[in-house]
Amino acid sequence: MSELRTEEYHLSMGPQHPSTHGVLRLILKLDGEVIKEAIPDMGYLHRGVEKMMENRVYIQIIPFVDRLDYLAAMNNNLAVVLPVEKLANITPPPRAEYIRVIMCELNRIASHLVWLGTFALDLGAVTPFLYCFREREPIMDLFEMAVGSRLTYNYIRYGGVASDISDEFIRDTKAFLSYFRPRIDEYEALLTENPIFLQRTKNVGIIEAKQAVAYGISGPMLRASGVRRDLRRALPYSVYDKFTFDIPTGTVGDCWDRYIVRIREMRESVKIVEQALAGLPAGGFKIKVPLNLKPLAGEAYVPTESPRGELGFYFVSHGTNKPYRMKCRAPSFCNMNILQEMLKGWKIADVVAVLGTVDVMLGEVDR
Amino acid sequence: MLLDLLIILIKSAVALAFISLTAMFLVWMERKVSAHFQMRYGPMRVGWHGSLQLGADALKLLMKEDIIPKLVDRWVFIAAPVVVFVAAFLAYLVIPFSPVLYVKDLNIGLLYVFGVSSLTALSIMMAGWSSNNKYALLGGFRSVAQIISYEIPILISVLPVIMLSGSFSLIGITEAQRAFPYILIQPVAFFIYLIAATAEVNRTPFDLPEAESELVAGYNVEYSGMKFVMFFFAEYVNMFTVCALATILFLGGWQGPILPPFVWFLIKTYVLLFVLMWWRWTFPRLRIDQMMSFCWKLLLPLALANLLVTGLVMVLIK
Repeated sequence: MSELRTEEYHLSMGPQHPSTHGVLRLILKLDGEVIKEAIPDMGYLHRGVEKMMENRVYIQIIPFVDRLDYLAAMNNNLAVVLPVEKLANITPPPRAEYIRVIMCELNRIASHLVWLGTFALDLGAVTPFLYCFREREPIMDLFEMAVGSRLTYNYIRYGGVASDISDEFIRDTKAFLSYFRPRIDEYEALLTENPIFLQRTKNVGIIEAKQAVAYGISGPMLRASGVRRDLRRALPYSVYDKFTFDIPTGTVGDCWDRYIVRIREMRESVKIVEQALAGLPAGGFKIKVPLNLKPLAGEAYVPTESPRGELGFYFVSHGTNKPYRMKCRAPSFCNMNILQEMLKGWKIADVVAVLGTVDVMLGEVDR
Repeated sequence: MLLDLLIILIKSAVALAFISLTAMFLVWMERKVSAHFQMRYGPMRVGWHGSLQLGADALKLLMKEDIIPKLVDRWVFIAAPVVVFVAAFLAYLVIPFSPVLYVKDLNIGLLYVFGVSSLTALSIMMAGWSSNNKYALLGGFRSVAQIISYEIPILISVLPVIMLSGSFSLIGITEAQRAFPYILIQPVAFFIYLIAATAEVNRTPFDLPEAESELVAGYNVEYSGMKFVMFFFAEYVNMFTVCALATILFLGGWQGPILPPFVWFLIKTYVLLFVLMWWRWTFPRLRIDQMMSFCWKLLLPLALANLLVTGLVMVLIK
């Protein structure tokens, strides 16, 4: 009888797999259930968006970014509009800035809700997923009321926003916020202190603060590792310096910390929207900007805090009506690079937990 | 002799029909329960509140093309769903639904039930191994590890019941609970049994063998059409079995006031089934090593301690 032996094998997790959140492929080298090596393989969704944008006039660029991080299209709109405004010396009216903040924070809540739902689903809890989508629905309805579309908005424009918000929108948003607060407690009741949830997330996939900084991680992931850096506070853009809000941070940098940071961020976003609605100034919502915009020659980059981390678009303008070069700094692309190091030694079940808390958005990983 | 055989055959046919209907009803019930937990309606179109949905689904699955992938181990692949179904069905031969409604009263009924339900592990391993798919294989491994480990606390948790009733026969155990159900004096054993049974039938929080978000579908990933239905049915049949067994061992079986015995049996079993569904739609899933350590480091010592205490008390009372 031949001697029994064990061998390592490769498992191709994705590009079509229920919990890789899109078309990410992880090549796992496994010893039983233990991961020896994990190599993320991306590019399945590459569309050449950056190059396409370089061949469009400025006003045509905005709809493209809606389709990068499609769960936070408002934040993408803002991120792409800010550097162009900087180059072209456009100052939007204060009312527009407030509307932008309201929209971005609502979109942040919606994005975190999708994250929370899918994360719980990855861990095997199906019900929170539907609860999260129940609350996401009114946000989509609000956007529909203000913008006309529910997912890709093309709403934030150079010099302001596409249309003014109505009193009805303000009333409904306030109603939503008061409805939404207790709902967060409901999610927490289902997950936060659940022993099984704790077992699956506590001390799993730890990123130390130093490591996180070295890898260029940003957003909730960085804050979960205990680094108190939020671009809304560190390098305030738009009118974020006018609002008071906390920056939730974690201590250990494990999956649970990344979970709780995002939960608390939703509460902070509610606070910001409330303040913005209360202080909403009167006046115009957009200043006149030439349709065939020609910014001055130069370079501009404005880092913004998207739900996933530092999102910024780097523009090089030669003074023509098209950008000479455009580069997107996509947060989940940068955040994902740590997977290779994080996953080593964990089990297959942890892959989904870790991947879930990285919150990858393949639309912006492959541009 | 021949007549006896005929009677047993008829009884088996009735049992088969009963469990098929039960499985279909359970699938419908699970869909409805989960829907209402999640603020949905669930199936609503086919029949009253979707009650005929399962008929439509079964018909659809029957008409599906039966796909056998090229590189599978053909005969094992075909045999696995048959084994799982037979294993699930065999347990019903000894379950007493009422003082008269049972196929056969074995004097080792309880051992028999545990014996045949272990066959499930075999069939899942067969399915996982023969599918020639890494996800299926991982699901098979997990499942076997899980079922074998959890059988130990299950058996030890029911030993006090056997000690108290002095019988392995399911009817004997039921009748020994004439005065009071054993859950009153064996609550710990009951909970150990219920938790371990959840693991035994691969349901959340122990549904690792078919963890969709990790293994896509686990051991049955390559199965389609009627073969898939067999696995699917067996899962619900097994679920009914463990709940029926819990009813017999701890809740006094068919016994209860006013209502007929059969109704009492179903009420008790369905309450437990509802609890299992409730768990499934509330909890996240454990990881394989956590599940194993939970079994070996917590459930098993607890079950042993319970056994010891029961034995001591019995000796002292005597």
